[in-house]
Formats: sequence, C-alpha cells, structure tokens
Amino acid sequence: MTYVVSCLKTENRSNYLTANSIPMSAATPSSLRSVIAASSAGTMIEWYDFYIFGSLAPIIATQFFPQTDPTAALLSTLATFAAGFVVRPFGALFFGRLGDMVGRKYTFMMTLLLMGGATFLIGCVPSYVQIGFWAPVIVLLLRLLQGLALGGEYGGAATYVAEHSSNDRRGFWTSWIQTTATLGLFLSLLVIMVTKLSMEEAAFQHWGWRIPFWLSILMIGISYLIRRNMSESPSFTAVKSAGKISKNPIKESFGNKLNFKYVLLALLGATMGQGVIWYTGHYYAMHFLKNDCHIHGLTVEKIMTLAFVAGTPFFVLFGWLSDRWGRKNIMLAGMALAACSYFPIYKAMYHTAGTGHRTEVDEKYTSTTTRTADETVAGDTLIATAIHREFTDGTAYDEITTSRISPAKARSAQSSVVKATIHLNLPDFWILVALVFIQVLFVTMVYGPIAAFLVELFPARIRYTSMSLPYHVGNGVFGGLMPAVAAYLTVNAKGSGDVPANPDWFVQGLWYPVIIVSVCFLIGLLYIDGSDNRIDDE
Amino acid sequence: MNTIKKLAGILWIALGLYAGYFSLTSLGYPKLQSGLAGNASDLVFGLIVTLILTPLIVGALLTFGYYCLSGEYNDTRVLVQPEESK
Repeated sequence: MTYVVSCLKTENRSNYLTANSIPMSAATPSSLRSVIAASSAGTMIEWYDFYIFGSLAPIIATQFFPQTDPTAALLSTLATFAAGFVVRPFGALFFGRLGDMVGRKYTFMMTLLLMGGATFLIGCVPSYVQIGFWAPVIVLLLRLLQGLALGGEYGGAATYVAEHSSNDRRGFWTSWIQTTATLGLFLSLLVIMVTKLSMEEAAFQHWGWRIPFWLSILMIGISYLIRRNMSESPSFTAVKSAGKISKNPIKESFGNKLNFKYVLLALLGATMGQGVIWYTGHYYAMHFLKNDCHIHGLTVEKIMTLAFVAGTPFFVLFGWLSDRWGRKNIMLAGMALAACSYFPIYKAMYHTAGTGHRTEVDEKYTSTTTRTADETVAGDTLIATAIHREFTDGTAYDEITTSRISPAKARSAQSSVVKATIHLNLPDFWILVALVFIQVLFVTMVYGPIAAFLVELFPARIRYTSMSLPYHVGNGVFGGLMPAVAAYLTVNAKGSGDVPANPDWFVQGLWYPVIIVSVCFLIGLLYIDGSDNRIDDE
Repeated sequence: MNTIKKLAGILWIALGLYAGYFSLTSLGYPKLQSGLAGNASDLVFGLIVTLILTPLIVGALLTFGYYCLSGEYNDTRVLVQPEESK
C-alpha cells in the first residue's frame, strides 16, 4: 500500500481515472461558434416555452382552471408548482442518465422536441367551458412534460458546449448558454406584448393568448434542423471509444460518497444561492413591482425587459472574467453583493413607486361609483368605486374598490376588493429600471460562470447526471420557491389590520434570499477550491 | 483551515436542524392548516414545503455537516490506494 496526497478535486477525478488517459481536443473557434449558436438557440427556446406558461398564468387560469371548481383550482396550483419544483429534478435524473449513456447530442435533441411538442399542444387544448374537467388535466400533464424536458435540457447544453471548449476559455464560451434563461424570459414577455398590442384585449383573452404557444413549434422546428447536423461532444466520444461509458450514472453519481460530496458542495455552495438570486432578480422583482408597488402591469413588463436587455451582455463578461479571476471569486462576489444590497434596493423600489412623497393636483381628482346587478348570483349587487388622482410630477394613481351587497348575508360578511394601479412618470420609471438592472447584474455574476464551474467539478462519464441534479434542485426547489415563500413572509409581516404590523413589511420576504445566499456564500468560501479548470479525464 | 472546515460541520448540522424546525412550524404547518380548511393553493404549498423543501434542506445540511466533520472536504488528505492502481 502507498500513501498519496492529492487535492480534493483530483481525488474526485482520480476515482474515475482510466489506465490510459483519454485524448480530447477543443473545437476550433469557428466550429465552436456554431456549436454555441445551435445550443444556445435551442436552450433559449426551451426557456421561452417554460416561461410563457408562467407569464400567461392569469389567462390560463381563467381558460383551464376556473376557481369555482375546487379540483381545477388544485390542478392549477399543481401545474404552477409541480413542474418547477418536483418534475425538473426528475427530468435532470432521467435525461442526465441518458446523456451519460447514449450521448449529449441525442439527449438534448429529445428534450427540445418534448418541450416544443408540449408547448404547442398547450396552445391547442380546448378550454374548460368546451371539454370540462379534461382541460385542466391535459394542461397539467403537458406542463409536467415541459418541466421534465427542461430538467434535461440545460445540463446537456452546458456540458456539450463546455466539452467543446478549451480550459482557458470555457467560462467565456459557456456563458452564452447562461444568457438563454434570461433571454427566454425576455422573449416570452416580448412575444406576449407584441401579440397583445396587435389585437383587441377581448380577442387576446379569447384566443390570442394561444399564439405564443403556437409560435413555439416554428422555433423548435428551426432549432431542431440546426442541431441535427451537430456532432457529438469530444469528451463523450472519447469516453465512448475508450469503452468507459458508465453503466449506471445515477448510482455512480449519488451512491458513491467520493462523487456525492461534490454534488452536495455544488448544491449548497453554488446552485442554491445562484437559483435564489436568479429568481429574486427576475420573478420576485416583477411580483414586487406589480403586487406590492401596484405599478401597472404593462409598465412592469417594460421595466423588466429593459433591465434584461441591459443586463444580458454581463453574463458573457462575467463568464469571460471567470476564466481570468476564477469562477469561485466571481460567483462569491455576486452572492456577497446580493445579500448586502437586497434590502436597500427593495426599499428604494418601494419608495420610488409610492405616492407619499408626491404633490397631488387637487382639481384632477375624480371619484365615480357604479352599481350593477351581479349576473352570477341572483339578488346580489356589485358596487364599484373608481378613484383617479394625479400628481405634479406626472404620476397617476387609480384605485377601484369593488364591494358586493348580498341580501342573503350579514353586513359583516360582505366582501370588498381594492385594486390600486400606479402609472409612473418617466424619471421614476428609469430609476426602477436601474434598480432591477442592478439585481440582474448580481444574477449575471453568479449565473455567468456556473455552467463552467459545474462541468469542471465532475468527471466526463457521469458529468451530465452529476451536474444536472444540483442545478435543478438549486434553481427549481430553492430558487423556484423563492417568490412564494417571500410573498408569504411579506403577507405575514403586513398582517390583516389597516395598519401593517411591521412598518417595513414590504421587505420582510427578502429574509429568505438573504439567508440562503449568505449560507451559500459561507459554504462556497470555505469549501470550494476552484483552482482546477480541467475537464478531461487525464 | 482544515480545522475550521471540520468544526464548521457542527454549524451546518445545527443550521440544518433549525432550518427544519423553522420550515415546518412557520411555513409548512400553517399552510397545511389553511390548506385543509379549503385553500387548494396553500395545501399544495404546504405539502411541497413539508415533503420536499424541508427534507431536502435538512438532509443536505446534515449530510454535508457530517462530511465536514469527517474531514471529507479538507484541502489535502491521505488516500489509501491499492498498489495495483498505480
């Protein structure tokens, strides 16, 4: 017996060392560019497909999941949560295993077709009014297929590009894949906006919302044709020709402590914080502007798309910088900045959107009340009071209070709903764009280098499986739950009384991302080595 | 540094236990209660927190803490490799 001293990463790789090292070579810059273009286009379309459902959730709810049917309402929540939280990690396992056994290329071709088919079909499903209970069931199943496909896609695309890249440029090349999640969300918002603007609101609500889903099949078709001519990754080809294909990638990845401890490290020291920062900068910022700041929906979509467009090049910048300064340093800097800045940023967003510091133009104040008989409940009357206020800086405020008077109920049981909408002036609009942009910048710092980081952590024969699971658990579970947990903490802090229980109730939801990101930062700082960026099993 | 890495294992284990307690008592249980009272959205959310998020956080942090305490993440460590693998 001989004693060997080795660093942790070498230990992980040495566990899979072959007797003769497997020769691999990076692609030429021109072929690499086509590899990246083909991979990124497909991945962006998959993200588009996945986010279009979330972006159109209110309309989908009315079409397929009427709240009057409790089972349909339950299926609606399942469709929202299950695809993101439960199915994505299963997709990572299923397609990861396939990718390590059959090949990267064929696997992410499959995920592309699965995602495109499911998305197109969602746009074809007849509504609840037309086919009843089957409508929400079919949509739920298609949504689950979307989650499954997404779970397999990202790991494949990231691994495929990384395995074509040289060690000293891997951060830069894989960062193009990292832009696709934000671009996919941006594209979904853009397509919805254009579709909305091209028709009457009633037509959009009736059938126009299906167009973004139908468009998917066209995009997927083009992406499929481009990807079809791509060759298999050099690492996988080398592993295959050396006869070193894993017979059971799941067991090797998670049943072997030498590899499993790196899966845990990837989750707790990187993807957990990265996922939470991504969802805070994208979805929670959008939710906060709409629901807590009461900014008009279309304005919020404009704010988000501008911030995404401005922020996207920084994925590539930080990916490139990670080749020089190290993945760990860039990602940890992003986490530290995010954890320290979220509270001041969200307080600034809330105060920028508020009306407390503005001077009202008294003569512009209007208030109108209308009474109508409720067609759905005989004898009930609906009272709507609309208030319009304008301010000297150009900001406008609309408030609609809807009350129901029901002779069958006691007075105290009568319900009242208040819907406030703020129409921002231009300077405040740009301040909010800047504040969201800063959050997108944090996203780019942690997300830009992460594909290269994950790929470099695991050996080629089980790479697809090993990196996909921590990525999708970190993003799907820790990140995906972020808006819901934060909204819950905010509502709790606000309380049910007229005066909020906590004066800073609107930022209490941020404790979730701040704590998760801080823990992730500490674990990353202490345990991630990050000095070895080789990926070949040599 | 290795001593800090090992001792921090106690912190991760303690954090895992506290996170599990907090997650169940402050998020999962109230949501399940509200869900069982008829709110479908809360029921699903409560089930996800109780059956997925909490076991995941607790399991990951406890295992990670245990590995840290065992010195699995130390910078350099002595491996015993069979002679024939050289």
